[in-house]
Amino acid sequence: MGKLFSGAEIVFKVLEHHKVEHIFGYPGGAVLPIYDELKNHKTIKHILARHEQGAGHAAEGYARSSGKPGVMLVTSGPGATNAVTALTDAYMDSVPIVCISGQVPTHLIGTDAFQECDTTGITRPCTKHNWLVKDVNDLARVMDLAFEVATTGRPGPVLVDIPKDIQFKKTKFLLKNKKNKKPNEKLNGKISNSNLDKIIHMMKKSSRPVFYTGGGVINSGPEASKLLRELVSLTGFPITSTLQGLGAYPGDDPMFLGMLGMHGTYEANNAMYNCDLMINIGARFDDRITGKVDEFSPKSKKIHVDIDPSSIGKTIKVDLAVVSDVGSFLKSLNKRFKEKNKDFLNSNKSNTSKWWKDIDKWRQKKSLGFKNSNEVIKPQHAVQRLYELSKHKDAYITTEVGQHQMWAAQHYKFNKPNRWMTSGGLGTMGYGLPAAVGVQVANPDKLVIDIAGEASVLMTMQEMSTAVQYNLPIKIFILNNQYMGMVRQWQELLHEKNYSESYTAALPDFVKLAEAYGCVGIQAKKPDELDEKIKEMLNVNKPVIFDCLVDPNENCFPMIPSGKPHNQMLLGPDDEKEISSEGKVLV
Amino acid sequence: MKAPKSAYSAAVKTGKVEKHIMVVWVDNEAGVLARVVGLFSGRGYNIESLAVAEIDKKQKLSRITLVTSGSPEVISQIKKQLEKLVPVHKVADFMRNDPKIIFRDMALLKVISNEKKRSKAKKLCKKFDPVILDKSNKSIVIQVTALRREIDKLVSDLKPLGLASVSRTGAVAMTRGAEVFK
Repeated sequence: MGKLFSGAEIVFKVLEHHKVEHIFGYPGGAVLPIYDELKNHKTIKHILARHEQGAGHAAEGYARSSGKPGVMLVTSGPGATNAVTALTDAYMDSVPIVCISGQVPTHLIGTDAFQECDTTGITRPCTKHNWLVKDVNDLARVMDLAFEVATTGRPGPVLVDIPKDIQFKKTKFLLKNKKNKKPNEKLNGKISNSNLDKIIHMMKKSSRPVFYTGGGVINSGPEASKLLRELVSLTGFPITSTLQGLGAYPGDDPMFLGMLGMHGTYEANNAMYNCDLMINIGARFDDRITGKVDEFSPKSKKIHVDIDPSSIGKTIKVDLAVVSDVGSFLKSLNKRFKEKNKDFLNSNKSNTSKWWKDIDKWRQKKSLGFKNSNEVIKPQHAVQRLYELSKHKDAYITTEVGQHQMWAAQHYKFNKPNRWMTSGGLGTMGYGLPAAVGVQVANPDKLVIDIAGEASVLMTMQEMSTAVQYNLPIKIFILNNQYMGMVRQWQELLHEKNYSESYTAALPDFVKLAEAYGCVGIQAKKPDELDEKIKEMLNVNKPVIFDCLVDPNENCFPMIPSGKPHNQMLLGPDDEKEISSEGKVLV
Repeated sequence: MKAPKSAYSAAVKTGKVEKHIMVVWVDNEAGVLARVVGLFSGRGYNIESLAVAEIDKKQKLSRITLVTSGSPEVISQIKKQLEKLVPVHKVADFMRNDPKIIFRDMALLKVISNEKKRSKAKKLCKKFDPVILDKSNKSIVIQVTALRREIDKLVSDLKPLGLASVSRTGAVAMTRGAEVFK
C-alpha cells in the first residue's frame, strides 16, 4: 500500500505539478487544513490580501501580466461571496483564475451551518466551470482538470469548493498521465487553406481595409503579438485595437490608429465605419465598440477570428468566421500570405493610398487633443507626463474604472503585450490597486503603476496594506477630481446636469492615508510641479499614493454618444450642446 | 416616441421567433441540470418544456430534451452556449415542425366521475394509445402519449367529464428511419 495523503496535501501537490509559485488568499475556518499545509511547500508563496475581492483582482493582475493562471484561496461563506466580483470580472475579460474555496464539512452542507453558502450555486454563472468535491478520491483529478479548463480555449475562472472534512481525509495520490477529456478542444477547428485563401483574396480586393484586434491577441501569448506586427507590415493595412488589446501592436507606430470604440479616436472609429474590409482578430464586438449595431460598419465585409464559437455572430453578422486561437491563426495566415504574395506591400500601395489619405484627414482632427492649462492640472496632461517620464522603464499599468481609465487608454502608449491590465467587460471600480499588487508579485523588478480615480481606489484601498507587507513598490497615481467622473459626465450629457450623488464629499487626505499605511504620499496641485513630483514618485522604492489634483470639470473626449454609430462622434466640449438635437450629424 | 437617452444602445430588430427542439447529451453529475437551466434563465432564453433522464448507466450519460423558442440568432447562441458547458457532449437542434423528427409528450390523467362519463372519457383518449393504469368504482387513471397540443386539447375536452388531476412530461424526441442524431 502506497503513502496516503490528506486532501490538503493533494491540493498542494497539484499546485506544485502546475508549477504554481504564488497564491493570493485569506484564511478562515473552513479552509484552515489547507493553510496548515502551506508551511510544508516552500516553492509556493502565499500573499495575504485584505479582502477576498482584492485577492481575486491580484490573481487577475498576476495572470494578465505573466500569462500564467492566477490562483486564489478563500474560505467558505463570506470568503466565497467576496470573491464573486473578481471571478465575474475574470469571466468577462477571459482571465485564467483557479479559485479554491473551503466549504463546511459534507455532513453539514445544506443545514445553514456557520459560514455556509451554496458556493458552487452562486459562482456557476461567473465561472467557466466549478466543482464541489465530495469525495477525496476525486480531488486530484478535479484540481488538475480545473487548471486545464481555466487555461485552455477562451481562458476564464474556475472554482473548486472543498469541504473541510475532505481536506482532512486521506487517500492515495494519483495524478493520471492520461489526458483528461479535452473540455475546450472539442470547439477548436482546423484552419483550412481554402479559408486562408479566401481571407487573402478578400484582403487583395480591399481598398479600405482595417485590422480590428482585441484581447484575444494578448491571451494567445507574446508570439501572437509578434505575428500580428508581421502581418501588419506584410499588408500595410491600418490597425486599431480594443481596450483589452492595447499593447499587442505598438501604440506609437504610424500604422496604429489608436483605440476604437466609445472613447476611441476619430480616425479609428471612422476607419471602422467607412472600411470595406474589417478583419477582427480576437475581439468580440462588444457594445462599447459597436455603438449602434444596425449602423455598425455598414459598407464592409467582415472577417472574425475568435477562439470562442459563441462570440461569432452573437451581435454582428460576419462574412467569414474562423474559430481559432489567434496565434495559430496568424501563423498559418502569415505563412500562406508570404508564400503566395511576394511584394504585396508595394504592389498594393496604390490600392490603399486613397484610404490612407482619408485616414490622415481624420487624424488632422487630433481627436485626443485638449485645452491645456497653466492654472490647473488637466487629467490628460497628467497621463501624458506620466507616460513621457516612465516610457523607457517598461512600465506595467493597471487602472480602475471611469474617466481616468479612458484617459490612460488614450494617452499612455503601450509597446508590448501584458503591460496593460484594466477591467473592461465588467467595469469593476476597485480593480486597479489589487491588480497592481498581483502584477508586482509576478514582476518584482518592474515599475507598476495603477492609474486611478479617487472614487474607484477607495473601494479596495485596504490592499495598500498588502503592498506594504510584501514590499511591493506599486505606484497609485490618482487623478483626483472629487467626482465619480464618468458618472458625472453621463449626468451632464444625458440627465440635464443633475449630478445626483456623483460628488464625493469628505474625501480622505491621501498623503496622510499613505503615511498611515506606512508608504509614501505625494500630492501635486499645480501643472508646474507635476514633472518633479512624478519623478519623485518614480524614484521611491516603496509603495506610493500620488494624489494628483486635476480639473474637476474635465470630460472625456472624443466619445460616441449613446446609441450612435461610429461616424457621429463628439469631439469636445463645444460639441456637447448638440447631443440633444436629434437628426443632426454631429461631426 | 423618442427613446430615452441612455448609455446603452436601443434594441435592434431580430428575426422571426420559431420553436426549436434541442437534444443535449450531458454527463449525469451533480448540478448539470442547474447549469443548463441557469444558462437559459441567465441569458433570457425560454424553456417551454424539459425532459431529462439518464440513458447510459455505465457512461453516466443523460439526455435532455428541451423545447425552446427564439429568433434564429438566439437559437444559434443557445446551441453554442450549451456546447461550451464542460459536461455537455453534444447538442442537436431542429425546428419543431421538422418532418424527420418524432416527438411525444406523456400525460397521466385522473378522471373522477360516474360510469357514463368515465367511459366517454376513455373514448376521447382512444387515439392516443391510452393505458388504464388504475381504476376504482369512482375513478380512472389514464396514460396517454401524444403531441403537446393534442394533450392540451384532450385536457380541455376531459374537464367536463370529471378530469381531476393532470401530470405531464416535457417532450422527448427521436429521428425517423435509420438515422440517429449527430
